[in-house]
Amino acid sequence: MGDDIMSYNGGVALAMKGKECVAIACDKRYGVQNRTIATNFTKIFQYGDHCFVALCGLATDVQTVSERLKFRTNLYELREQRKLKPIVLYNMLTNLLYERRFGPYFVYALVAGLDPKTGETFVYDSDNIGAISDNVNLATVGTASDFIFGLGELFFKPNMNPDELFEATSQALLNGVDRDSASGWGAIVYVIEKDKITLRELKGRQD
Amino acid sequence: MSERYGFSLTTFSPSGKLVQIEYALNAVNAGSPAVGIKALNGVVLATEKKSKSLLHDDRTIHKVEPICKNIGLVYSGMGPDYRLLVQKARKLAQEYMLIYEQNVPPTQLVKRVADVMQEYTQSGGVRPFGVSLLICGYDYDEDRPFLYQCDPSGSFFPWKATAIGRNFVNGKTFLEKRYSDQLALEDAVHTAILTLKESFEGQMTEDNIEIGICDKEGFRRLTPAEVKDYLAQIG
Repeated sequence: MGDDIMSYNGGVALAMKGKECVAIACDKRYGVQNRTIATNFTKIFQYGDHCFVALCGLATDVQTVSERLKFRTNLYELREQRKLKPIVLYNMLTNLLYERRFGPYFVYALVAGLDPKTGETFVYDSDNIGAISDNVNLATVGTASDFIFGLGELFFKPNMNPDELFEATSQALLNGVDRDSASGWGAIVYVIEKDKITLRELKGRQD
Repeated sequence: MSERYGFSLTTFSPSGKLVQIEYALNAVNAGSPAVGIKALNGVVLATEKKSKSLLHDDRTIHKVEPICKNIGLVYSGMGPDYRLLVQKARKLAQEYMLIYEQNVPPTQLVKRVADVMQEYTQSGGVRPFGVSLLICGYDYDEDRPFLYQCDPSGSFFPWKATAIGRNFVNGKTFLEKRYSDQLALEDAVHTAILTLKESFEGQMTEDNIEIGICDKEGFRRLTPAEVKDYLAQIG
């Protein structure tokens, strides 16, 4: 822990691609350094029918960034009379983060989404000042991100169906958080398909 | 100038009109004609571009201007005011791109440009723009073309086809008769040229009119050679 601001509250999130589906998952711990305060603090936010964002880092910034992004997306949808696309949401988020380039928010972000018409999948990640990534197969953020990344790479196969995707995502997340004292205490997984979104709660090791 | 005047120069008359805007519209209606027609798969903008003198090198100044990949403008009224609006519109389009990484949809750009024009009817120490704009664009999400008119007041109107500038009443009457929902872009270009011809004095050549088209590929101004071909087809 020490005095690293990005691990003050802990938490982790992961997003993975399948065939015409994406999964985004996070843990539920809210802690202050080594003390766990709550086990219902999820880090995933929905901004459209098929657009999700996960934010990990300092809890206050997770809340503020998610709310300020909601402000912008609400106005976008009203002004433009159109639904958000994942790439647009991603650019809005990174733009928001870069606005604070010299006094940044302490959150790393993941954006996951789907185009319901074409089935095209999107997974992007960003650092806390809005560095953009390519559209990747797998992305992780948070205190256990390295552990989950390793497992994710192992379990990932191209063109997984929703069930395989759920298994790969869940196993990577649950086993990764076991190596990190600042993450865990339960998890949630969203599997986003063209016609439905499934939310599942996972019970892992409660420590 | 505007920082010294805290009050607007555009004020209401007892009858409820903003006379400065009426006068601005007079400036527009004295300007050279411009026409816009929306077809099934695109939009055409056309305008008269007469030189005052034979010595003018008229191939280097343009009235039909691209704003970004999918949007173009033409005007009637005061040239210098138009130039400013083109610069502002281009900047607005790029600002949108910077935030959203998307080409600005025509509807959104029109709103922003119209807001700028409205500002100049309410801010201190400035006068309204002496131009009406015809803005054409292609919206990639809705997969269809758009044509809008922006007035000095800041109002904007979506059109299927319209004419602005000198003799615009005749132009619109002509278009009402000629317009059909099933027009293809090629036919729309012909119709636009014919509409301009109604109020044209003298011989129409590829150097004294300008045409721009916007379709799914984007907006572009026709070269004089292409304009010459269209004119030849009209005969």
